[in-house]
Amino acid sequence: MTPKAAVELVPARTKDQLRFITCGSVDDGKSTLIGRLLHDSKIIYEDQLTALAHDSARHGTNGNDVDFALLVDGLEAEREQGITIDVAHRFFTTPRRSFMVLDTPGHEQYTRNMATGASNAQLAIILVDARKGVLVQTKRHSFICSLLGIRNIVLAVNKIDLIKYKKEIFDRIVEDYIAFSASLRFTSIVPIPISARYGDNVASRSGNFEWYDGPCVLDYLESIDIQSNAVIQPFRFPVQWVNRPNLDFRGYAGSVVTGSISAGDEVVVATSGQTTRIKRIVTHDGDLVRAEAGDAITISLEDEIDIGRGALLARPTERPQVSGQFAAHLIWMDEAPLVAGRNYILRIGTQTVAASVTAIKHRIDVNTREHLVAKTLGLNEIGFCHISTALPMAFDPYEINRETGSFIVIDRYTNRTIGAGMIAYPLRRPTNIAWHPLSVSRNERAALKNQKACIIWFTGLSGSGKSTIANIVDQKLFTMAYHTMLLDGDNVRHGLSADLGFSEPDRAENIRRVGEVAKLMVDSGLIVICSFVSPYIAQRDMVRNLVAKEEFLEIFVDTSIDECARRDPKGLYSKARSGEIKNVTGIDAPYEIPLRPEIHLRTTGQTPEQLAEAVVEVLIARAIVDNY
Amino acid sequence: MLPKHLHRLEAESIAIMRDVVAEFRKPVMLYSIGKDSSVMLHIAMKAFFPAKLPFPLLHVDTTWKFREMISFRDEAAKRLDVDLIVHVNKDGVERGINPVESGSLLHTQVMKTDALKQALDLYRFDAALGGARRDEEKSRAKERIFSFRSAGHVWDPRDQRPELWNLFNTRIRQGETMRVFAMSNWTELDVWEYIMLEKIPVVPLYFAKQRPVVLRNGATIMVDDKRLPLKSDETPQMRMIRFRTLGCYPLSGAINSNAVTIEDIVAEMQTATVSERQGRLIDGDEAASMEKKKREGYF
Repeated sequence: MTPKAAVELVPARTKDQLRFITCGSVDDGKSTLIGRLLHDSKIIYEDQLTALAHDSARHGTNGNDVDFALLVDGLEAEREQGITIDVAHRFFTTPRRSFMVLDTPGHEQYTRNMATGASNAQLAIILVDARKGVLVQTKRHSFICSLLGIRNIVLAVNKIDLIKYKKEIFDRIVEDYIAFSASLRFTSIVPIPISARYGDNVASRSGNFEWYDGPCVLDYLESIDIQSNAVIQPFRFPVQWVNRPNLDFRGYAGSVVTGSISAGDEVVVATSGQTTRIKRIVTHDGDLVRAEAGDAITISLEDEIDIGRGALLARPTERPQVSGQFAAHLIWMDEAPLVAGRNYILRIGTQTVAASVTAIKHRIDVNTREHLVAKTLGLNEIGFCHISTALPMAFDPYEINRETGSFIVIDRYTNRTIGAGMIAYPLRRPTNIAWHPLSVSRNERAALKNQKACIIWFTGLSGSGKSTIANIVDQKLFTMAYHTMLLDGDNVRHGLSADLGFSEPDRAENIRRVGEVAKLMVDSGLIVICSFVSPYIAQRDMVRNLVAKEEFLEIFVDTSIDECARRDPKGLYSKARSGEIKNVTGIDAPYEIPLRPEIHLRTTGQTPEQLAEAVVEVLIARAIVDNY
Repeated sequence: MLPKHLHRLEAESIAIMRDVVAEFRKPVMLYSIGKDSSVMLHIAMKAFFPAKLPFPLLHVDTTWKFREMISFRDEAAKRLDVDLIVHVNKDGVERGINPVESGSLLHTQVMKTDALKQALDLYRFDAALGGARRDEEKSRAKERIFSFRSAGHVWDPRDQRPELWNLFNTRIRQGETMRVFAMSNWTELDVWEYIMLEKIPVVPLYFAKQRPVVLRNGATIMVDDKRLPLKSDETPQMRMIRFRTLGCYPLSGAINSNAVTIEDIVAEMQTATVSERQGRLIDGDEAASMEKKKREGYF
């Protein structure tokens, strides 16, 4: 072959990349469409076609025809089951543009995967089977695309050959779709009649119907103006990494996610409010005068201010929101449901923070968009929630900025990614319940009682002996003339938590309430003895974090489940065995063993009196109370 | 100035590498000496400038690489002033594992997959940057950028962490590791265009030259040293050949080509009719073989 002249080989400076998602189920011909785009844009090589012919004979559903769907269904399990179960990334290129296709499954149980694909897409192709028209799943796909911020839609009406290329049917589907999607946030919807199987209007215009004079799919993908407005948005720069090679240089490495900045411009650290100026914009290819959205740079600042990974730089005149509380749409992605009140980890930009969902305002039915009452969110469910973070976070609403308004939720113990969120707006505390400074301190109140206030938290299985031991400790301290209060699991459920059941969210709420009450009592100088099964580490830690470090003592009453079931003082275990009651800790609900309790009581071979004495000795050793 | 699509890919790769360095205790970059590794290393130099590379390079040497690859590797490490760790599975060498007699499957398992796991354990690396691309192969198309491996380096394709936006979940526990594919979204053509525009040095074997070859099972194998046993009817012949992908020389099929410059290669790429992995003898071993190898810990 003769190589072309080098000058033609250099890709045009304007050649850009479009990332798009395809929505539809296998039956709609989604994989066939992608296989066809790849094939017709000559990105499939001969050896892959040979492998394809081999695979088609083995797994294919098209008889002896080459099944293009097999080109894109990657993992062995999928090929066996004939469904796409994950997000696959495909690439093809034309002289004008390079393309990345995010291919995701369409069934409702894969909402998670579709949202994942949509989060990185600039455009969506929504496939509709011409014989079936706009279905519930079409609406679901469109809603998820809209929620994830996709604004440009190609409505590909597929299998047009099977309706004999009839214009009326196509027109009716388009009309239906436009009517339904009026309430979504799309800015452009381009309907194209196609036959993925035969290639009509995919990579080239079809001669099979004269009534359609619009572009084919590939022409449209090549020409749509996706010039994002990222550069004209306010400047946002999340610091990724502090670059400190020597004492003379301190740079902040990161990518400009939106807007632009020049050397000499004033910037503010969003959360702290400190301001300074850009000294240099450093890159390996030389310093820049100006950097804009999409540039990976290293910034040095005029003033020595102490910032690290997670800081968000902005212009003082265009600051992001800063708040420890916000409302957000949350997509739940884990088998274990969302539990309000539980501690999770959030990653927002380069910031990582502990957080909890304080309220689930409603759940959204992905098919009908109805708002439903919900106490929890299960796998693939979408809700609107209030979220509280341990520290104030800097962000923008997702509507305005996809980069600074999105977050993921991570489980603290399994480290799995269990949710994805899109911030709607910050929540501010009403000013009339701001903290009122107390003029008498808790230490003063406790000193008056000759003690140190604290929470003594007994945790263990039902029947482990917690309440018995807690009661004896309480009596001992009382006879020693200390001021105590006993909060017991069963007793609070008659009053404070009378409205709660035993589901995981209700248990979390119960513990939250008890924790808050115990904290108020600590503020009044009391030694608060609490006896609760409290099976989750996160919930016990939540109470622990309400008070000072030395003010919380966790006591693990360690009795085996067999022994507890043998004692069965409340008849719980026999009821659980007969199926009369559910959610019994240790039987069909988990108990998370304390990892580092202040006191570990192994009850085997010990009397409650001896165990209570051991607790009092620790209280003396810690100077919470004096010796007798 | 790079074209927009390459600028975007470069910036994306830089951001991924910076996340790795910010979030992991002891990262490493896997360096295979090939074109993708050359591009990845070039981008890493940009990502951390003016600092030195904040992690070492690791080359898993099967002892059957082309000689020109080894000299290129040592020269590159010196030129860029980076720390290079070379790891060989000594146990495999002692057992006499080689690609010619042991077969490509066993050789790859012992000298590449096992060797990589050994090295990661030995140096207690918790994150390994690699240059694999999603366009290479079907099971790669579904791979995450941050790909979690449980203790023992096991990859479970059915239980991958969802990856939304560019918010990577970097959290692992003791003993667990992360493979990070910083060039996931590059294509083979992107790589060559970038090499051309950024003038990145690559191993000369990518360029066509008269080289001694034999034909075996439809593949053109270069006789790189005397270790390749020649059958009675085989006589090495000089042919104008080059390689699209480099590995162990007895397992790397060459293509007939006259492409002597990067511009020639890019032109050839644009009219290519077979994929780059076609030259790799290890992929065709069994159906869905890449997925299987990856589950066992292959990069």
